[in-house]
Amino acid sequence: MRIVVAVKYVPDINAERRFVDCRVDRDPGVGTLNELDENALEAALRILDALPEDEREASEVVALTVAPTDGDVALRKSFQMGVDRAVRVTDDALAGSDYFGTAAALAAGVRRLEADGGPVDLVITGMAALDGLGSVVPALVAAELGRPALTLAKKVDVADGTLTVTRETDEATETLAAPLPAVLSVADTANTPRMPNFKLIMAARTKQIEAWSAADLGLDAAAVGTAGARTEAVSAAPRPPRPEVELVVDKGEGGTALAEYLIRNELV
Amino acid sequence: MPTTEPTRNRTVLVLLDPATEVRSSTLELLTLGRALGRVEAVTLEAPTVEVLAQLGAYGVETVHQAEIPTDALAAAGGDGARHLPSVVAATLAAAVRRTDADVVLAPATFGAKEAAALAAHELGAGLVIDAAAVEEDEVGRVVAGKRVFAGAWDTRCVVTADVAVLTVRSNAVVPEAAAASVATEVDPLPVALAGTAGVVVTSREVKERAPGRPTLEEAAVVVAGGRGTGGDFGPVEEFADAVGAAVGASRDAVFEGWFDRYIGQTGVTVAPRLYVGAGISGAPHHRGGMQAAQVIVAVNSDPEAPIFEICDFAVVGDLADVLPQAAAALRAHREGAGA
Repeated sequence: MRIVVAVKYVPDINAERRFVDCRVDRDPGVGTLNELDENALEAALRILDALPEDEREASEVVALTVAPTDGDVALRKSFQMGVDRAVRVTDDALAGSDYFGTAAALAAGVRRLEADGGPVDLVITGMAALDGLGSVVPALVAAELGRPALTLAKKVDVADGTLTVTRETDEATETLAAPLPAVLSVADTANTPRMPNFKLIMAARTKQIEAWSAADLGLDAAAVGTAGARTEAVSAAPRPPRPEVELVVDKGEGGTALAEYLIRNELV
Repeated sequence: MPTTEPTRNRTVLVLLDPATEVRSSTLELLTLGRALGRVEAVTLEAPTVEVLAQLGAYGVETVHQAEIPTDALAAAGGDGARHLPSVVAATLAAAVRRTDADVVLAPATFGAKEAAALAAHELGAGLVIDAAAVEEDEVGRVVAGKRVFAGAWDTRCVVTADVAVLTVRSNAVVPEAAAASVATEVDPLPVALAGTAGVVVTSREVKERAPGRPTLEEAAVVVAGGRGTGGDFGPVEEFADAVGAAVGASRDAVFEGWFDRYIGQTGVTVAPRLYVGAGISGAPHHRGGMQAAQVIVAVNSDPEAPIFEICDFAVVGDLADVLPQAAAALRAHREGAGA
């Protein structure tokens, strides 16, 4: 079993996030592994943990990211959780990629991994990146690779070359199946990511991160990055701060005060 | 914005899936669409008579109803496969090609986002996910406004491709019927479905919608309960009924098994006129799903709760006391007003 987990380096949601020149400010001081990718890494590691020992020995989980060198933070964290290998795709030509450029770069990374080391059975992602929150890259990676996509899985099962997932959509509870190779995205309810142990934390410090350029992947520079993007950011501005909160301490009249506030402001 | 006349003769397609009811989010898309051009609808199944009448009132003359090869559908698990993002995407792409449409508008559900992305991929279109506003710039390009980073920033982006595909958040605009209602025709749309790349729907259980309450995504007023409820959503529900609100929860409350749907950046994202959080501390995850609300009210017994930092009005107190008292006062007010 060979699994690629696509991970993203994002600003910590607990930090003050901002834009610089219409792009997300990736200040290395607050950059981190996208928290939802931990669910993807956990899903991958559990699939391998369930294999018989000889099969586990012949398997690998590769963390793949498209990012500048700062993205190594996300890959180090992936090593800490237990991935075998980490690859970063870095190229100035990829800056400013839209959803399609990002998906093309990730798909090209998967194809390169296949050319080097044999078929990749599964590509796993988190349900969203916490900076952009688009949730569409997994489906687009699948489209680029011509593989089925089972997304937003709450429950994951891999057996006999078939991936089965259960998921909750806005409309329905569904069970879906698809043959491997496939693309999977897991919901944040799918599992509880493991805490890195001391041994892995120490080992992660010195593990080698491989770096590839757009050319290494055979990516057409005109099709990715700002050059290939079909949308263009034209402005980004912080919202004005909210007015001071009107605070009432309940001494028996708190509910009445709340009702009066809503009536006074014509909110009900 | 909805009342301005479009400057270009665009065709705008609005995704209507399912086609058994017209939700407020669809009415909002139709209203937005009319400001950009002539609006047509795309469905995966036959719309009901009531649906057609509502579409007519919003100015839709044509509904493109997908005709999907039955063998392709059967191979993907039958009727439930009709709503798979790959099938919806193939339908949207076919509709764009047939009508030479310029804009596709879809709601901001996870399924519609994927379908929109796959259709845009196939068409080489520009894609915007979760727009909070859609308009045209001075040279007639489609511009989308987004509220990001948990409602802390506003961004705008322009679509530079010929076709623009956008998913739009609920409550982006107030629905407004067309000046004159029109007759609505259903036009069969042949969809050459190459397949679903091997995806098979093995079971699909459609969720019941709570009668008498708006859905969380679409509600103008949302009341949410968190850890502070201690598992008793009674006061939350009573208050919600008094203000006609949808009910949601924090992720913690859902993990505890107290409620089924949570508001948050990975759950349901809401942008109502009024949000009331009860017993919710306001963790970043939750704020990411509600901070775009116009007015934020919180009730929490902890005076240090972070949610108070982003509130317009707050009560420090026990929600089990505060909410029933407020609900009673609001009911009395409504009766006094004769409504």
